[in-house]
Amino acid sequence: MKELAEIEGRAIPYGAKNVDTDVIIPARWLKTITREGLGEGAFETVREKHDNVFDDPEYAGAPILIAGDNFGCGSSREHAAWALLDMGVRAVIAPSFSDIFASNAFKNGILTVALPQEQVDRLLEVARTQPLHIDLEAQSVTTPMQDRFRFEIDSFRKHCLLEGLDEVGLTLERSDAITNYEQRQRSDAPWLAKGVNA
Amino acid sequence: MASKPRTLYEKIWNAHVIERREDGTCLVYIDRHLVHEVTSPQAFEALRIAGRKLRRPDLTLAVPDHNVPTTARVDDAGNQLPIADPQSAAQLAALEKNVADFGIRYFDAVAPQQGIVHVVGPEQGFSLPGATIVCGDSHTAAHGGVGALAFGIGTSEVEHVLATQTLLLSPSKTMEVRVEGELGPGITSKDLILHIIGVIGTAGGTGYVIEYRGRVFDEMSVEGRLTVCNMSIEGGARAGLIAPDETTFAYLKGRPMAPQGADWDAAVAWWRTLATDPGASFDKTVVIDAADIEPCVTWGTSPEDVVAIGGAVPSPESFADPSKREAAQKSLDYMGLEPGTRMADIPVENIFIGSCTNSRIEDLRAAAAVLKGRRKADNVGWAIVVPGSGLVKAQAEEEGLDRIFTAAGFEWREPGCSACLGMNPDKVAPGTRCASTSNRNFVGRQGPGARTHLLSPAMAAAAAVTGRLTDVRDLGEA
Repeated sequence: MKELAEIEGRAIPYGAKNVDTDVIIPARWLKTITREGLGEGAFETVREKHDNVFDDPEYAGAPILIAGDNFGCGSSREHAAWALLDMGVRAVIAPSFSDIFASNAFKNGILTVALPQEQVDRLLEVARTQPLHIDLEAQSVTTPMQDRFRFEIDSFRKHCLLEGLDEVGLTLERSDAITNYEQRQRSDAPWLAKGVNA
Repeated sequence: MASKPRTLYEKIWNAHVIERREDGTCLVYIDRHLVHEVTSPQAFEALRIAGRKLRRPDLTLAVPDHNVPTTARVDDAGNQLPIADPQSAAQLAALEKNVADFGIRYFDAVAPQQGIVHVVGPEQGFSLPGATIVCGDSHTAAHGGVGALAFGIGTSEVEHVLATQTLLLSPSKTMEVRVEGELGPGITSKDLILHIIGVIGTAGGTGYVIEYRGRVFDEMSVEGRLTVCNMSIEGGARAGLIAPDETTFAYLKGRPMAPQGADWDAAVAWWRTLATDPGASFDKTVVIDAADIEPCVTWGTSPEDVVAIGGAVPSPESFADPSKREAAQKSLDYMGLEPGTRMADIPVENIFIGSCTNSRIEDLRAAAAVLKGRRKADNVGWAIVVPGSGLVKAQAEEEGLDRIFTAAGFEWREPGCSACLGMNPDKVAPGTRCASTSNRNFVGRQGPGARTHLLSPAMAAAAAVTGRLTDVRDLGEA
């Protein structure tokens, strides 16, 4: 995972609510066995209409996406996060996110910034003409118009994002604790500990 | 001193926490992991690149479901037929290679047990009460119907589980959905969960695990409970739970992967302790009056867009929230519907009976009971039944249900996810309507431009007969 400290650049002022992962990346793009190239299918149904924000040259290569409530609801497909990453998006700002999407985004080094609706509305307005700046260390989103909005982030996620840490690697360091748990389970709940033979 | 009363969720969660970090994040043990072909290849690829092994390959079960065609898989001579779509074929080949390389139990595309992961897990007794179960699929919530803490995960988490048999998670908040009273005649578990989602909204359960409580659930079959829990994610909740009881134990007993002998007795003894203690508190409670529930259908492009079949397409102006108003207008444009149109006047050209929500034997029996002695209307062009597993299919054939469906003009297919998400060739034609027993009516979900109305199997069968959305209770005797 690439480490992330600050993001500076234009933000796509999308703003839609309840954007489901079928919209972010339709099922037909899920037949891949790699993580790359999904940007091409990102928001495909939205992009069918001309003058959509995603194809507006104003926001070409923008590292930030601004959306409405409940972003990333529906399917657990991590392809949604890979598609955003492939578009060059490193942060999504919205009033709220689905749990699974937020987790998938984090695991791919995409920052999810949850802010109150009125602050998101302000950023949607500013983003039409100005770049935004996100500082993860300071937990803030700022604009050239002197707006400054602070956001919350779980300290573990913040640490992992700042350092670009690999969560699997971190957990493997805890394998003694996992082994102890498994030993306990073998005596407390042998029916669970017994697996299915390959 | 008596210990603090705990909820079912808290009991399962506490039993699986390996360690807790200072910030509250917990390392949680995962008892069972289901794998399918779509969300796993990149996880195995990452393991290979990092040179990592599987910690407990014996706790994972793999089965292809999303991509498999539902047309014949073997020719008359019994030879397996190739998959026409090269990308789908490559994804299935990748799964076959991964399970072989990493030593994972696997039901291949022509195995009699093959089916949708969420149908196969409970059917095999792989999904157990009190267990933590994950799968790279959001409808993993279904397994909460047997009293398991089950939720969907992304591919990075699939990799994490394969390598460590754990996940790093924050505890969820708890929501009680309490249904009071009894369901009216002809009202099914699908109507109930659609109604619940209509009440709480698609984000209402975000951050929560829902426990469904009330006599309605006590009296419900395990298959009905699986349908209810399955759609928890449509209400934003990562998991849904129903306390395991005698009905659950009777359902699981003797299944191939369920505990046997002394293990079974010990397991049941523990399972009996799991139900939420009297006096335990939930972070949020939603009370639903069962008597309010009518057969439900959706009118829009979000599962919360639910209305009773006797109702009409709502006007966008009827929503107080301006963004909901705008979303409703967009939905109506996409769905090709006018406000005020009676739901029962909406014609449908396609019928899909299947998906992890409604493809079990009871679902097929309910649809067949409506279709017996009847035929689909002339305006219904495409009508398919896709059983949830090979075992469901075999059972249905033994009961003669397949002949009822084919006599009614339906196609009787091989098991898989099929037209629920249109990853395989089963798609709804652009601009046409589908009465569908699946779980999502999102834009383009059943194929580009497809217009989905979610409903129960009996209601789908009724729509097939009349060629329009129909209250199954009005159909009378065939």
